[in-house]
Amino acid sequence: MARIDLKSLAHSYFPDPKTDEDYALRRMEHVWEDGGAYALLGPSGCGKTTLLNIISGLLTPSHGQVLFDGKDVTSLAPEERNIAQVFQFPVIYDTMTVYDNLAFPLRNRGIDEKRVDARVREIAGMLDLNGKLKQKARGLGADEKQTISLGRGLVRDDVSAILFDEPLTVIDPHLKWVLRRKLKEIHNKLRPTMVYVTHDQVEALTFADKVVVMYGGKVVQLGTPQELFENPAHTFVGYFIGSPGMNIMDCKIDDGAAWVDGQRIGLSNRHLEAVSKQTGKLELGIRPEFLTLETGNADKGSDGIEVNITKVEDLGQFKIATTRFGTSEIKVKLGEDEQVVGQSGILRFVPEWTKLYADSQLVA
Amino acid sequence: MNKITNNKAWFLVLPVFFIVAISAIIPLMTVVNYSVQDIFDPQTRFFVGTEWFEQVLGDSRLHDALLRQIFYTLSVLFIEIPLGIAVALTLPRKGWGVSASMVLLALPLLIPWNVVGTIWQIFGRADIGLGGYVINLMGIDYNYAQNPMDAWLTVLVMDVWHWTSLIVLLCYAGLRSIPDAYYQAAKIDGASRWAVFRFIQLPKMQSVLVIGVLLRFMDSFMIYTEPFVLTGGGPGNATTFLSQFLTRMAVGQFDLGPAAAFSLVYFLIILLVCWVFYTVVMNAGKQGEQ
Ligand SMILES: Nc1ncnc2c1ncn2[C@@H]1O[C@H](COP(=O)(O)OP(=O)(O)OP(=O)(O)O)[C@@H](O)[C@H]1O
Ligand SMILES: [Mg+2]
Repeated sequence: MARIDLKSLAHSYFPDPKTDEDYALRRMEHVWEDGGAYALLGPSGCGKTTLLNIISGLLTPSHGQVLFDGKDVTSLAPEERNIAQVFQFPVIYDTMTVYDNLAFPLRNRGIDEKRVDARVREIAGMLDLNGKLKQKARGLGADEKQTISLGRGLVRDDVSAILFDEPLTVIDPHLKWVLRRKLKEIHNKLRPTMVYVTHDQVEALTFADKVVVMYGGKVVQLGTPQELFENPAHTFVGYFIGSPGMNIMDCKIDDGAAWVDGQRIGLSNRHLEAVSKQTGKLELGIRPEFLTLETGNADKGSDGIEVNITKVEDLGQFKIATTRFGTSEIKVKLGEDEQVVGQSGILRFVPEWTKLYADSQLVA
Repeated sequence: MNKITNNKAWFLVLPVFFIVAISAIIPLMTVVNYSVQDIFDPQTRFFVGTEWFEQVLGDSRLHDALLRQIFYTLSVLFIEIPLGIAVALTLPRKGWGVSASMVLLALPLLIPWNVVGTIWQIFGRADIGLGGYVINLMGIDYNYAQNPMDAWLTVLVMDVWHWTSLIVLLCYAGLRSIPDAYYQAAKIDGASRWAVFRFIQLPKMQSVLVIGVLLRFMDSFMIYTEPFVLTGGGPGNATTFLSQFLTRMAVGQFDLGPAAAFSLVYFLIILLVCWVFYTVVMNAGKQGEQ
């Protein structure tokens, strides 16, 4: 169990990278606190696996350092770092029994058999593998094989951190849920530092205390699930977290307000102050949850926008209305008993929840 | 599920049946025919029962040839299999080296058997062959035409040179099919180089190795052309293996009856060994799988 610091870390798979595009990881400073349960979230190809392999030592970064509890381990091999990693697809030793598979990481480190036996049985118990310990691993199904891989990651109790690289991809939804609960339990009990890579925001939000979102080789935000929801630091976070994602629109600032497709959207002073220093491409974002939509001859008032309603989906607990003005399409989340009458309505933005982004970064 | 029984399907097997009959069973029956009769000409023949078999099985020259053959085949397997594995493990896994080594390795496999014999016949000569000359230069008295040990070793080295590539290529294909994640996981698990070989690489090579061992067993057990060209079975009988012996019997002495009987025994030995080996290995793999 350790705190992991990444010091001006960057990595390129090319021998002499020139542009930013050549880097799989752009220069980053990052801290994984001791005992944290982190979810690492991001689209395909954003560098999640690269980052994990650098932490575990499978890959040596082309720039920067990795520190475990302040000690520089950048040049150490994985076996010298004392770290566990579980991969996306099951890796098992075919010719060994399930028991030997689980014992393998311990035996390689010369731990005495009594201790090995105790650990193997404990982990097998947690993962419901007790009945299968004597079986050869090769005859098992993908689910069980991946559970064994997971077990090998958990069996050492002295590791600095456990890294999971989308470990539940091949597992069916129910077992996935069970295993996720198990991991969470193990974390609560033993408090190892855990980093859990996933594509799936639900998985991320249920597993982790802190979520790290990566995009294009960079960490774009670190925060609790709530922080990510309420205050996305990057348009990608807004779009990726939440269902449906944040509405993002191109906008201009003029006359003390934002203009989207010729419509005026009121802003607060906080927005205006922050945006006055910005030069990049401006975008305005708001979550579907924070918009209000009135229908049935509603009064436009001073801050309303007339919209066409193109679609209403009833999802049981709530409804999603797709609205349109000019070329912008905006989704609104409505309560289950809010009624939508007719094909048009009045849309209202709440300045408190309206976010401004310059070059995709949050401004205010 | 209800299976539909339709015996007409057997007709679909007929073409294969004819091909196999013409290519294998009928010629084999001819041999069987010869092995139980004494045939002088198509009109004059006598049924002799197991006489030829008894004669052949009691022949001490044949016992010698069989022992030589077994010893030779075992030597071939014990050298070529480990050597093949070792070479496959050291081959590059990416870059231009891959295709370069593939071409280099495939070369010996592309050379016809009798040419291989001729190459080594010349290569091993002390007067005009580079190999023989260099060995003699080092002070070793090497002459495969006179010294039985030298002849035997030359045939063995020739076979290793000719066929180890096959094992290498098979193993290499097996190794290439191992995903990177296995090696990564092994590093994380702290596995030693030996453990990686024992628990990851060897199991992945198992099925190709079975094929490799079977091919090399059958082929070396039936080796004929190369020793025929290189040494003609000599000096003395040092390199007279089973095929050579059989040919001498059938063509040289025209003892077709005993030769046919012996062919069948020969065939059964190979079939039996292959079957036992295959069954044992495959069952060992399945153990514990329920
Ligand atoms: N061995 C490699 N050689 C060259 N480029 C690589 C290599 N591995 C990854 N990359 C590149 O680095 C970038 C980041 O890859 P990485 O595998 O870390 O992404 P990821 O976030 O794990 O994606 P996924 O969700 O699909 O697993 C990608 O653009 C990828 O093409
Ligand atoms: Mg990945």
